[in-house]
Amino acid sequence: MKRREFLQKSALVVAGAAAVASGVAVVGYADEGKWTAGLKTLKAHEGETLLKMARQIYPHERLADVYYEKVVADLDAEAAKAPDIAKLLQEGVATLDRSSAKEFAQLSSDDQVAALKRIEDSPFFQKVRGSELVSLYNNHEVWKEFGYQGASYPIGGYLHHGFDDLKWLPDPPESASPKPA
Amino acid sequence: MARFDTKDDSVIVIIGSGAGGGTLANELCQKGFKVVLLEAGKRQSPATFHNDEWAAFKQLAWLDKRTTSGSWRIAKDFPNLPAWTCQTVGGTTVHWAGASLRLQEHEFKAKTTYSGVTGANLLDWPISLSDLKPYYAKAEDKMGVTRTNDIPGLPGNNNFKVMYNGATRVGYKTVHTGRMAINSRPRDDRSSCWQLGFCFQGCKSGAKWSTLYTEIPKADKTGKLDLRSEVRALQIQHDKNGKATGVLYADKDGKQSVQKARAVCVACNSIESARLLLNSADSTYPHGLANSSGQVGKNYMRHTTGSVYATFKQPVHMYRGTVMAGIITDEAELNTKRGFAGGFEMETISLGLPFSAAFLNPGAWGRDYTRILDQFINMAGMWIVGEDMPQESNAVTLHPTEKDQFGLPIPNVHYDDHPNDLAMREYAFKRGAAVYEAVGAVQTIAVPPYPSTHNLGTCRMSEKPGEGVCNGWGQTHDLKNLFISDGSQFTTSAGENPTLTIVTLAIRQADYIAAESAKKNI
Repeated sequence: MKRREFLQKSALVVAGAAAVASGVAVVGYADEGKWTAGLKTLKAHEGETLLKMARQIYPHERLADVYYEKVVADLDAEAAKAPDIAKLLQEGVATLDRSSAKEFAQLSSDDQVAALKRIEDSPFFQKVRGSELVSLYNNHEVWKEFGYQGASYPIGGYLHHGFDDLKWLPDPPESASPKPA
Repeated sequence: MARFDTKDDSVIVIIGSGAGGGTLANELCQKGFKVVLLEAGKRQSPATFHNDEWAAFKQLAWLDKRTTSGSWRIAKDFPNLPAWTCQTVGGTTVHWAGASLRLQEHEFKAKTTYSGVTGANLLDWPISLSDLKPYYAKAEDKMGVTRTNDIPGLPGNNNFKVMYNGATRVGYKTVHTGRMAINSRPRDDRSSCWQLGFCFQGCKSGAKWSTLYTEIPKADKTGKLDLRSEVRALQIQHDKNGKATGVLYADKDGKQSVQKARAVCVACNSIESARLLLNSADSTYPHGLANSSGQVGKNYMRHTTGSVYATFKQPVHMYRGTVMAGIITDEAELNTKRGFAGGFEMETISLGLPFSAAFLNPGAWGRDYTRILDQFINMAGMWIVGEDMPQESNAVTLHPTEKDQFGLPIPNVHYDDHPNDLAMREYAFKRGAAVYEAVGAVQTIAVPPYPSTHNLGTCRMSEKPGEGVCNGWGQTHDLKNLFISDGSQFTTSAGENPTLTIVTLAIRQADYIAAESAKKNI
């Protein structure tokens, strides 16, 4: 129990744990109908709200909803294993809905940001942000969208794959940057 | 692997297998000493390392709970993770980037050189550069440092090209791919660098020096090394005559044993080394072992660090290739005209997308932040590493209530930035930004320090026993067969990455232990 409390307090370590928990596999939630049908613990409305929230926390126009749906699916998987996480997420969504004149998902984008700003120090917000940080940016499909190539060991490193291919500046002299062996 | 009896009091016990402990183990084994090397972490290998930031972090990092206090931003962003060091065989030499710079003459005389910095607990080292020169040469040869021993420099990657062009345009003179303990040519049965881009995650090509696959197997070949991994040192024991007698440790199943010893060498990295001495307190030494000065845990230093990243209109792909093979040394020289004491190095650095998101502005969210991440492939980066001021109140202490799984107090790490540190960081941020602006940066981003990888000074060397914990050989003032063998010994932090100096001190300490042993003093 102490171990868990500790993990929850450290955003970075939470993120690390989530990385291991979620791995890189895309959860098979989108097989039929609405994506929320695949949620085990969270209700559809909670999933939809968390999706909007995830899009506002780390918004990237280049990323389709599917990557943010995976963030929610990872949160749902955590909630299925840990009742305290489920409670945190469910109560968090309810509180967020109550905090404005309309439900969070119905608010304008600017009003959603304002609503999140008001709760950014809460354990609920930090839980969603910490998990999303890993779930989104450690997703290999997202890496492709950003042009990040990741592991190079399988191709023998970047030595013959562009480590020095920048052409928009002159090459340094060999005294500063010798040629490869 | 040798196995020595726990009652064999002719062995030397070394705690920690990183730059200090791993090197010392090999040096002593080569001289014929029997060594028991205790390591908290598991043994990995280049084959088991991950080219993946989060997976490697989980595999290698020291994640035991710590607490923090003080004005440093780490206490807010990473309250339970003050340091980014390793718990694995090879210690933080698995994670380090390879930059291998000698300290400068004046840095050994910080008190004399920077006299009158208010609030700084400065002290001159009891040793000088000339004491270390022959040992620096041995360390550079051992580690295969580029630009020494006729070893060519590494080829610069894209991130270095940006740094080089910007640096020379703003007038910096000494800019190159650094002195790196990463093979630019095959050497010492290890390959040359593949430009993997995952130096921090454990080098899968083995081109980067790490005690894991250099010092430790070499020590093993002598038949004199007994490496015990996944064990935790709990307490250093002593007799009534002021000699260390052994180490109480727990194995991975929690079974506790005492390994007897003729000498004990502490090399657990600055937080755990100090904690172990403090946790070894008893009725004879109520304030902790080797702590008659009261300086154990004090003067914790972590270098004045920060990063500058910049976005450009065209791609850089900074993550491709050797992470830290790029340096500007002009700001490291003694220069009192900048409004602060000490100097700093500017070195290339890169993070992958996952760690860029985590570290570029910890805790940040929303569109202003993600606009920066959108520029990920067009980004270049540099790390600032400079001398920070020792302060007695910056300290590793035992937590008053929280205990670990063995019932021992966990460490609290307190750090307040000194005004000198803040002035240096602000200046360095501006200089770093200027470098990138000179080559057309669209935006520059001043990034706060990451959890500390350079942890220094909690058992510092001093001429006078009342001012520090150990003498110029790392031998504690209080117990003559107890040694400090890691970066904890540093009297001041200097402006250079510390590993080369830690290795150098370990080689020199091994000579001293052998000489004192021959004289029957140990």
